[in-house]
Amino acid sequence: MSRQAEARSAVEEGGPGRAQGGPDGQDQRGGDRRGRQEPGSPARRSLAARVGRPSPGWAVPGVLFFAVFAVAPMVYAVYLSFCGSWGGLGTPQFSGLSNWTRLFQDSDVRQATVTTIVLTVLSWAFQTPCALLLGVWAAGREKNRAVLSAVFFIPLVLSTTAIALLFKAILDPNFGLASTIGPWIGFPDGNIIGSPNGALIAVAFVGGWQFIPFHTLIYQGGARQIPEVLYQAASIDGCGRWRQFIHITLPQLRHTITTSSVLIIVGSLTSFETVFLLTQGGPGTSTTTLSYGMYREAFQGFDFGYASALGTALVVVSTLLSLLMVKFSGFGSMRSTREGM
Amino acid sequence: MAIRSKSARQGSRRAVRTTAMVGAVCLGLLTAACGSGSGSGGSGGGTLTAYVYGDGAVKVQEAAVAEFNKTSKVKVKLVEVPGDSYQNKLNAVMGSPNAPDLLYNWGGGSIKSFVDAGELLDLTPYLTQDSSFKSSFLPSVLAAGSLDGKNYGIPMRGMQPVVLFYNKTLFAQNGLQAPTTWAALQSAITTLKAKNITPIALGGADAWTEQMWLEELLDRIAGPSVFQKIANGDSSAWGDPAVLKAAQMAKQLIDDGTFGKTFTATSYTNNAAPTLLGTGKAAMQLMGSWDYSNQLSNHKDFATKDEGWVNFPSVEGGTGDAADVVGNPTNYWSVNAHTKNKDAAIAFLKAMAASDYANKLVANGDVPATTSAKSLLSSSPNPAFATFQYDMVEKAPSFQLSWDQALPAKQATQMTTEIGKLFAGQVSPEQFVTDMKALK
Repeated sequence: MSRQAEARSAVEEGGPGRAQGGPDGQDQRGGDRRGRQEPGSPARRSLAARVGRPSPGWAVPGVLFFAVFAVAPMVYAVYLSFCGSWGGLGTPQFSGLSNWTRLFQDSDVRQATVTTIVLTVLSWAFQTPCALLLGVWAAGREKNRAVLSAVFFIPLVLSTTAIALLFKAILDPNFGLASTIGPWIGFPDGNIIGSPNGALIAVAFVGGWQFIPFHTLIYQGGARQIPEVLYQAASIDGCGRWRQFIHITLPQLRHTITTSSVLIIVGSLTSFETVFLLTQGGPGTSTTTLSYGMYREAFQGFDFGYASALGTALVVVSTLLSLLMVKFSGFGSMRSTREGM
Repeated sequence: MAIRSKSARQGSRRAVRTTAMVGAVCLGLLTAACGSGSGSGGSGGGTLTAYVYGDGAVKVQEAAVAEFNKTSKVKVKLVEVPGDSYQNKLNAVMGSPNAPDLLYNWGGGSIKSFVDAGELLDLTPYLTQDSSFKSSFLPSVLAAGSLDGKNYGIPMRGMQPVVLFYNKTLFAQNGLQAPTTWAALQSAITTLKAKNITPIALGGADAWTEQMWLEELLDRIAGPSVFQKIANGDSSAWGDPAVLKAAQMAKQLIDDGTFGKTFTATSYTNNAAPTLLGTGKAAMQLMGSWDYSNQLSNHKDFATKDEGWVNFPSVEGGTGDAADVVGNPTNYWSVNAHTKNKDAAIAFLKAMAASDYANKLVANGDVPATTSAKSLLSSSPNPAFATFQYDMVEKAPSFQLSWDQALPAKQATQMTTEIGKLFAGQVSPEQFVTDMKALK
C-alpha cells in the first residue's frame, strides 16, 4: 500500500498531472472531478440540468420488455411454487408450503447445492487467475499480442452446445482422447467424466475454456484504463514488473475483478448447458447442479410446482450473493480507483 | 427549495402516468395472447389431428393416413413432433383447446395424468363390442396399454422387447453357450474377464440402460406382481425383499467389473455402448430390440454373422417365469375424450388391426403386435430376429412396460436418478430401497 501511496504522491508532485495523463485518462478524470462535488451543491444540480436526462418515457420499451419476459414469468414461478405438484394440466391450485417444506428436506437438493457451490468455487478459481493474467498481458499494444488475443477469443464465439459436445467426444473413455490423457492426470482408465470428481472438474474446465476469453476481454479493457503515469512513476521509484503488477495493476483492477467475479459466480450458479450436454448430471448425481435438477423436475418429471420452488430459491440465492459481493467489495459505493489523482 | 419540491412532484406524477401506460400495454398483450389461443380450435371441421413421434418409422403412419383419407370423409391430419420433445409438447397441449384428437404414446405413465384428468377415451367398450378387433392384437401387448383394467391404447408400431445380445464368435472361441441361467451368465462373465474382454457393455451414462437390469432381475426373482403394485401407486412395494435382492445382484455385477470400469461415462445414445459390442470389445449387451437395426447399420458384419440373441436368463430360486419379457411392448394410439369425430377415430384405429398395416410395419423392419403378423415375418428384412422377437412376446405371460414409462413422469424421474446413484456407487442397495420407498 505504501508503494501505491508513493506512486500517487509522485504523480501529484510531478506537476501538471492533467497534461501527463495522456489522452486515455483525460475525460475520465474530468468526470471524476465533477462526480466528487458535494451532493446537492449548486454546481451539481446545474450539471444535471445541462446533461438533460431524457424523460422516463424512453424507458418504457425496455421496462415493458423486461416486465413481460422477465418479471412476469418470475412472479408466476413464485406463485407456482406455492401450488403443490402441478403437472401442466388444468389450472394450478394454491396449496400452501408443501413444495417449500419438501425443498428443505430433500437430500438431493442439499447435494445439488453443495455441488453447485463447489462448481462455482472451482470455476472462479480457474477462470479469474487465467483471465486476469491473459487480460493484463493482452492489454499491451504489441502486434503479436493483438493477433494472439484474437485467437484466444475464438472459444467465446462458438456455441456452448458445440463446445460441450466437442469435449464430450474428447473425454469419451472408450473412443476419445481421455484414455490417452487420463493416465497423465490421475485417471488410469481414462474415466474422467465417469468418476464423480473428474466429472465435476471437467464441467468446470469446459465452462472455463469457454468463458475465460470473455473475462480476458474485460480485464484487457480494465488494464488499458490504468494511467500510464502510474507505471512511469513506479519505475522511477525502482519498482520491477512484479511489484508494479501487485501494487498498481491489481489495485487498479479492483472493480474489474468484482465485475468479472460477479459474472462468473452468477453464471456458474445457474450453469446448465454444459452439465446437461457433458454429463447429464452424472455419474449418479455427482454433477447435478441446482439448475440441472430444476430442469429434471420440470421437463422430465413434469413437476412444475416443485421446479418453480427450486428456481425461485436459485434466483433469491444468486441475487443475495451478488448483492453481498457488491457490498463487501466496495463496488457498490462506486468510488473511483483514481481518487486523489 | 420550492422549485425543487415542485419538480419532484412533477416527476412522481409522470412516473405514475408511465406505470399506467405500461400496465395498459401489458393488458393489451395479454388479451391479444388469449385471443389467438382460443381462435384456432383443434378438432372439428371434419379433421382428426393426430400427434405422432416424428422419427424414421413415421412413414408407416403417413402411408396409413393417406390410405384412410382416400375413403373417409373425416380426414386425419398427422402432426409429426420431432424426437425428444414429444412428451413435453403433449403435456403442454393436452389441457388446451388445441389438443390432438389422436395421440401417439407409450402407455402407462405417459398417459396416466391424461387418464386421471379425464382427457382420454376409454376404448374397452369398442374392443368388447368387436371381438375380432380385440383378438387381432397380442393380449400381453394390448394389456400393457391399459390402466386400471381399462384399455386406452391401440398398438400401432413394432414391439420392442429387451433382449440379451451376445457375440456368437467370442462365445464360441471361449467355449461358452448362450446363458439361460444366472449361474451360466456368471461363469461366462468370469471366463470373459480372464480374457480381458469386457463381459457386458452398459451405457451407464443413460440411467435407463441400467434400469433394464433391475427390471429383468426383479421379474426373474419375484415375477411381475411386485412392480404391478408399485405401478398402481403403492410405493411401499419397493420394500419387497425381491427389490433389495435385485439391487444387490446388480451391485455384485458392478463390483465384479462385469460392465468394465468406464461404464458410467459410456453412453448408449451416442452409440458408444453398441460400438463396444459391435467391435468385439464387449461380449454382451442387454438392450431393446431396436439395437439390432442399429448394429445392422453401423456394424453390418457383426450383426449378420456374429450377433446372437436370447431372453434374459432365469435366476435360481426365483419365482418369476423365465418366459416373461420386459421392454416397450409397442406404441399406442389413444383418443381424446373430447374429440368431435369419435366414430372416424375408431374407424382409424381399426385400420391398425388390418394385415395391410401390419405388412407395412414388417417392411419397415418392425415386428407388429397383431396376432396375424407371424406369417408376414418371412418378408421382414431380418426374418430370423423378427421371428425370435415375435415368438418371445407371443409366449410371454407378462410383458412389463419399462419402469420409467410405467410410472408417472415425476416418480419416474426420481427413480432413474436413484438407479443412477445405485450404479454409480453413491448409495448402497439398502439405501436404494429406502429412497425408493419414499418416492411420491
